[in-house]
Amino acid sequence: MELDIVELSRLQFALTAMYHFLFVPLTLGLSIVIAIMETVYVMTRRPIWRQMTKFWGLLFGINFAIGVATGITMEFQFGMNWSYFSHYVGDIFGAPLALEGLMAFFLEATFVGLFFFGWDKLSRIGHLAVTWLVAIGSNFSALWILIANGWMQNPVGAVFNPDTMRMEMTSFFDVMFNPVAQAKFVHTVSAGYVTAAVFVLGVSAWYLLKGRHVELARRSITVAASFGLASALSVVILGDESGYSATLNQKMKLAAIEGMWESEPAPAAFTVFGVPDQEARETKYAVHIPYVMGLIGTRSLTTDIPGINDLLDVAQERVRSGIIAYDALMTIRKDRGNTSADVRATFEEHGNDLGYAFLLKRYVDDPRDASEAQIAQAANDTLPTVWPLFWSFRLMVALGFSFIAVMAYFFWRSSFRGQVYPRWALWGAVAVIPTPWIAAELGWFVAEYGRQPWTVDGVLPTALSVSHLSVQDLLLTLVGFIAFYTVLFIVEMGLMLKYIRKGPFEDVEETEKWMAKHQHQLRTHDGKGPFAPLSEEQLP
Amino acid sequence: MILHELIDYDLLRIIWWALLGVLLIGFALTDGFDMGVGALLPFVAKTDAERRVVINTVGPVWEGNQVWFILGGGAIFAAWPPLYAVSFSGFYLAMFIILAALIVRPVAFKFRSKRQNVRWRKSWDWALFAGGAVPALIFGVAVGNVLQGVPFELTPDLFARYEGAFYAKFAGLLNPFALLVGVMSLAMLVTHGAAWISFKAEGVVATRARSMGTISGLVTIGGYVLAGLWLAYGISGYALAENIVPDGPSNPLYSDVVRTSSWLSVYGERPWIALAPGLGLLGMIMVVLGLRAGREGSTLLWSKLGIFGAISSVGLTMFPFILPSSLDPRSSLTVWDSSSSHQTLFIMLVATLIFMPIILTYTAWVYRVLWGKVTEADVTDNHSAY
Repeated sequence: MELDIVELSRLQFALTAMYHFLFVPLTLGLSIVIAIMETVYVMTRRPIWRQMTKFWGLLFGINFAIGVATGITMEFQFGMNWSYFSHYVGDIFGAPLALEGLMAFFLEATFVGLFFFGWDKLSRIGHLAVTWLVAIGSNFSALWILIANGWMQNPVGAVFNPDTMRMEMTSFFDVMFNPVAQAKFVHTVSAGYVTAAVFVLGVSAWYLLKGRHVELARRSITVAASFGLASALSVVILGDESGYSATLNQKMKLAAIEGMWESEPAPAAFTVFGVPDQEARETKYAVHIPYVMGLIGTRSLTTDIPGINDLLDVAQERVRSGIIAYDALMTIRKDRGNTSADVRATFEEHGNDLGYAFLLKRYVDDPRDASEAQIAQAANDTLPTVWPLFWSFRLMVALGFSFIAVMAYFFWRSSFRGQVYPRWALWGAVAVIPTPWIAAELGWFVAEYGRQPWTVDGVLPTALSVSHLSVQDLLLTLVGFIAFYTVLFIVEMGLMLKYIRKGPFEDVEETEKWMAKHQHQLRTHDGKGPFAPLSEEQLP
Repeated sequence: MILHELIDYDLLRIIWWALLGVLLIGFALTDGFDMGVGALLPFVAKTDAERRVVINTVGPVWEGNQVWFILGGGAIFAAWPPLYAVSFSGFYLAMFIILAALIVRPVAFKFRSKRQNVRWRKSWDWALFAGGAVPALIFGVAVGNVLQGVPFELTPDLFARYEGAFYAKFAGLLNPFALLVGVMSLAMLVTHGAAWISFKAEGVVATRARSMGTISGLVTIGGYVLAGLWLAYGISGYALAENIVPDGPSNPLYSDVVRTSSWLSVYGERPWIALAPGLGLLGMIMVVLGLRAGREGSTLLWSKLGIFGAISSVGLTMFPFILPSSLDPRSSLTVWDSSSSHQTLFIMLVATLIFMPIILTYTAWVYRVLWGKVTEADVTDNHSAY
């Protein structure tokens, strides 16, 4: 990879976005988890639930700070590094980002302060409302960001305006209810919930292993396992929904993920294993499961799924059509306002392929001068490198299923085995803490790398989206971000571990007072009083 | 959708120009005192307890305040995409420094008091200082450059190119006039922060804040007057040539721009805009007097009015220009040729009209819940305090 402006801008975006997304999923999920815990507190008045809310809320706060800080970079990076992208699609893309600020981020950020500072200043219900507003705010935030991202994958509700040389919105409704965006939203927030569930489960398991904060840990595991099981099921099912939308909109991405070189007659098989070979255009040692891909991709047994080779032929047609559109555009621009109806009609007909002509700009200044070889090359560029997509996707799916297994197991132990967990399972829960983050990063990689060579699918090539910067500019900021983010990461992990080790702040006096007062109401599930010591088998 | 035809395109553009001002002013009024407090932190508070008091005067609200900045970025992107595309990539390294400062700040707030370690806390105190002072300075430098024109040009594809690359471009930003505006902006926000501290804290901290605020208030007044004179006599302005189409397509290259002797010539055509600098100066003077006299609430209010006046004076003086180009005046971005489409402006306006009142309501409610002085006891008793 040579270090030109485009590659450096991509690298910077990938690093800063993936780094940002280390903190986002936990924010999304943990905000809901603490809201659930506080709801239980308000309903039962048991102090232990308030301690849980405060403890997980503290960890939430540490994570939230870096999530917000690194999110600022994302909001401004489009203008800094992707100036032409910002100009070309800002009319559509900017709106969801601004709406995110208006509707979601303001809510979340204004109330998060009150979450920490308002315990003594608000009534119980008032504080609970604040906590839920933080949770709703952060989840709404994800909605708008994914509407923006979904539009890059499936640019609906917009049309090119030759006068302003950019895409302009024709239907806000279409942009907002873009099926790709909606599928991505539910998939992404579910992934966030799984992340939080695995995190809470793992930390609580560690407490049980150490015999510390047992009451808090066992209740936390129950919340995490039930919330996590529902989320893990939904992340897989809704991920499948994303796959379905991908076939409608991004056939090439799907074919690349599948390593499917030739179109297959319906119903297509799913390749579980294989070694994609880009040069030879084949997937070696492939192991197939019949019918599955057809079902995921088309929800039918009779619809064909096009393979890479056929899609490349289509792309070549579209490049040629794009050149016609480009020629018409140049005439329209030259005649400004007095363009003949013919030329306008030609542009109307071929305008949808204009982006494909821009693919040629990497090779030739004026796409109309492109040679046959360059046209073929541009068409070829519409295929991203297959093997990273093929493998990332499979690893992500495998992890997705593993979350269902883990959560189902703990849910079963928590609901039907008296909250008693074997040590090996607890150690297992600690060990799998990093896996949801890996799955989430892989998911983003598949979504964004799979969209290449476009920033906006079929509309604007990545190579054209950048700013007029120098390599030094980009190197300096890249090194700056890496240095900066590394320090932040070390500091944040240090604090996280410190506060996990320290454990919750237990207000023993308050708890005992409450227990004494409510003793007549309290019976644990084995019928003993609340102050009875744990039996041998209940101790981990 | 035909609904957007309800409001004419040119009117929508004016509304969005005003909203751009509202967002910038909202940012300066709210996050402005956070930055001022950060910049004052090492000087008004000496002991750890004092510093925690100062930090906690903004502790619960800085996060919401900062959203004004993020929303400002989003709104510029949505309503003025060419401005977003040209300015952020043009002020590249300056933007990076602002980002770095704004990333450090939230982390510093959250993490500073989480360890009982002198070096740890001192380092984060300096991070808070830099996170407040550096953006306050650079925002002013940016405004100073915008007033002089920025060296960019648009290609026929509307790709923005800049003269000079890398540090040459950055060094070019640091010219004397821009630095003057930068210092003035820093002083203004420091004064605002001082007014906030004297409003929220007591005792020695508040006393120190008042005396530092008096000095920075005087610097603000001096800087503002000097910059005004410089603008009147030393810097040439821009004007649109005759062919203005206020509801035409957003293509800056469609309109011609000429250089004029001074921006301030518009005060002859529209004398009423002199109200803005007038209000700015009045506010700044009243702040200094208020700090001297130890008035709290009214001083903060005057500080807000002063900032409101100062920022609107820049916008009104430049109207209809948003980002003039010194390299190729024709590429200059104006209200009439660098907005979003009619439809996008309309939708964003509807969303703003719905949500801005809601935001202002709940923000006001949060400030009310947190009303009152922050004392050392508050900080030590509350486990959630910073």
